[in-house]
Amino acid sequence: MNQPEIDNVPSAVRLSPLGWLRKNLFNTWYNSLLTIGCFWIFYQILRNFLSWAFTNAKWAVVQANFRLFLVGRYPVSQSWRIWIVFGILAIMAGLSWAAIAHKLPSKLNRWLPWIWVIVFAIICWLIGGGSGLTPVSTNLWNGLLLTIFTTIISIGLSFPLGILLALGRQSTLPVVRWFSILYIEIIRGLPLIGILFMAQVMLPLVLPSEIRLDRVLRAIAGLVLFSAAYMAENVRGGLQAVPRGQVEAARSLGFNTLLILLFIVLPQALRAVIPAIVGQFIGLFKDTSLLSLFALVELTGISRSILAQPQFLGRYAEVYLFVGLIYWVFCYSMSLASRGLEKELDVGKT
Amino acid sequence: MQEQKPIVIAQDVHKWYGKFHVLRGVSLTVNRGEVLVIMGPSGSGKSTFIRTFNALEEYQKGKIEIDGITLGHDLRNIEAIRREVGMVFQQFNLFPHLTVLQNITLAPIWVRKRSKAKAEETAMQLLERVGILEQAQKYPGQLSGGQQQRVAIARALAMQPKIMLFDEPTSALDPEMVREVLDVMLQLAQEGMTMVVVSHEVSFAREVASRVILMDSGLIVESGTPDEFFQRPQSERTRQFLSQIL
Repeated sequence: MNQPEIDNVPSAVRLSPLGWLRKNLFNTWYNSLLTIGCFWIFYQILRNFLSWAFTNAKWAVVQANFRLFLVGRYPVSQSWRIWIVFGILAIMAGLSWAAIAHKLPSKLNRWLPWIWVIVFAIICWLIGGGSGLTPVSTNLWNGLLLTIFTTIISIGLSFPLGILLALGRQSTLPVVRWFSILYIEIIRGLPLIGILFMAQVMLPLVLPSEIRLDRVLRAIAGLVLFSAAYMAENVRGGLQAVPRGQVEAARSLGFNTLLILLFIVLPQALRAVIPAIVGQFIGLFKDTSLLSLFALVELTGISRSILAQPQFLGRYAEVYLFVGLIYWVFCYSMSLASRGLEKELDVGKT
Repeated sequence: MQEQKPIVIAQDVHKWYGKFHVLRGVSLTVNRGEVLVIMGPSGSGKSTFIRTFNALEEYQKGKIEIDGITLGHDLRNIEAIRREVGMVFQQFNLFPHLTVLQNITLAPIWVRKRSKAKAEETAMQLLERVGILEQAQKYPGQLSGGQQQRVAIARALAMQPKIMLFDEPTSALDPEMVREVLDVMLQLAQEGMTMVVVSHEVSFAREVASRVILMDSGLIVESGTPDEFFQRPQSERTRQFLSQIL
């Protein structure tokens, strides 16, 4: 137990690797013991995992079904459409990023939301077909394609809905306020699986018989209803973080309530809760795996059908590891994008 | 000045916060071109009073008329009045997510429906007037308190208001920054702007005020020219207040 005297250590000294080890991992006898114990456990786990991964594991199940994981039973002759969709998405993501970083001409900036709407319609047309393209039924939209599709639409719809609910909860109109509170508290008190079940089974019963929602659409409806309630609470946190003085200053300049909301309150409120909102989007992305319980063959669903192939029976570890990796890559990218976004929007807020 | 009608006419204004009687019958007339300084201990209702002029606070009894329009519950009226009444706050209240230039041009563009180019031209002139032209592209968080308050003044002026309200504009500033803000206000007063200033800056009041008022417990207890107010105060309350701040 000979700890170095603090006085003797010049500030900002750079320890050698050996010195660092001694200072941080072996400074007392019990720390040394803990260090050795932990390293031993790590080593065992890593060794066993690697030896399994390189000798026992049969990765053929992933290789043989790679296409199934990504797009499922989407017709091979039509896969070029998916490639175009991903190309468009990549370009749009780039454009949006440039817009946020203020690197676009302001004209383009203003049109970007509308471009997104148009692009979205084009994408739906490309995937689903019709009017000139071979129609592809939603039964055949499988795998990662379906996971991403449901996630993007659910995010796109639950975001504005959540904002409206958050504003409704703060409204001075009692009817609006009570409806928002009722909705938020009911939905937050129910498990997602129950809401998805109701969306699948009960939505067709309560909607007029002329409206027949596709199974994918019903699933999205369930996800949106669920996610919007949580989004509303996140946004409400942001709304409360905007100081009263901001609204007073805007009022004193003659802005009406709508303009104050659009230009002053929402930009600041949403910025304050970016981490929470992105966290929720990540959760939503992973929650789509529950759709596999309702015969929707998204990423998790397709894994289950791949595991039912006679030649790959029992290859759980390989399949779920691979699927887990895909989920992780997407979630981590969202997390990185969120951090980038925070940094980009933080310009000048010292 | 085509009409000589007073710009602010307040008659017997009462306001309650719950049971607390903040304003207990305040009457005041502000003529065009006048610079009015309101002093008073904290809690005397002076800020609340000027905040009723642009309906940031409601009043329950009495009558306030701004530029010939009576302040009531009609929202359209209120927004029309707010356009003509500029306000500068103790805490600046600049919009932190917008640049200095955007802070100043947002209201002229969206409320006054000016073109962007015209609004920016005016904004740059105003920034030059308050002496911070070179900060136009920065964000409020990057400026000092004094600079922020000068931007706030420019933001209010960009709406070309008929009257400017200042709610303790120098109270949140470090001492060495008070001067630069007062200088801008001084210049504004000399140019003939109608101003109502809640402040304890005695030098400012002496130099430019046409009238100084003391409020206490929701009432006006003294009103007079700076000379009368500081040299020959009528009420005992004023003498006591002056002995504390001078």
